[in-house]
Amino acid sequence: MAIVLDILSWAAIAGGLFFMVVGAIGVLRMPDVYTRLHAAGMTDTMGAGLILIGLTFQAGPTLVAVRLMLVWAFLLFTNPISTHALARAALSGGVEPFRVDMEGDKP
Amino acid sequence: MEDRVILRVGAKILIPYILLFALYVQFHGDYGPGGGFQAGVIFASAFILYALIYGLAHARRVLPLELATFCAALGVVIFAGVGIVTLLKGGLFLEYGVLRHDPVHGQHLGILLVELGVFTTVFGSMVAFFYSFAGRRTGRS
Repeated sequence: MAIVLDILSWAAIAGGLFFMVVGAIGVLRMPDVYTRLHAAGMTDTMGAGLILIGLTFQAGPTLVAVRLMLVWAFLLFTNPISTHALARAALSGGVEPFRVDMEGDKP
Repeated sequence: MEDRVILRVGAKILIPYILLFALYVQFHGDYGPGGGFQAGVIFASAFILYALIYGLAHARRVLPLELATFCAALGVVIFAGVGIVTLLKGGLFLEYGVLRHDPVHGQHLGILLVELGVFTTVFGSMVAFFYSFAGRRTGRS
């Protein structure tokens, strides 16, 4: 039983780390604010969420697990709201979304 | 920017839990990480979030600047008052053991009261700082 829990928790933590790395690469490589926000938002929801789930498997049925799940629920709430607020602020600040001109003519 | 529904509803849902978490940090400070300072900052952050989303005028109606500065002073009074009470009961300044007959109970009570003083001061001064900086007149209205 313990080995199953270990495997599950390590799989979740490794998945979370993968999403974190992907999100970090996205923040570095994406062209503008909105696409970078997309990458950063995924980092928190998927990366931190999966890591918290993995830690919950390690904690077992204790009060610590309840707290970890509360942190996870809090992240699920706040992260989309903050991403939304940032995107709105960028839009109302006049940041133009990045576009690839398919026609091929130079601006 | 009249339709910030998501921010308004999200803040409305989250603010009670932020206040509750601050009280948890405050009263759990004896046993785990936490204490008066952290709890005060978290409690103040709920009001700062309210001011950020609903506007400074609304926040000042909920918690006037006078009340915040009064809280900042009241905490110092609580802190020093505990010390003076221990002096009057024959101990040293802030020697909590003399507050009750049982020194362990006295120390419990003393720490609780002193942390309450720290909480009140930090909460009041954080909110007062925020009001003072956010209320500065800038070029744009």
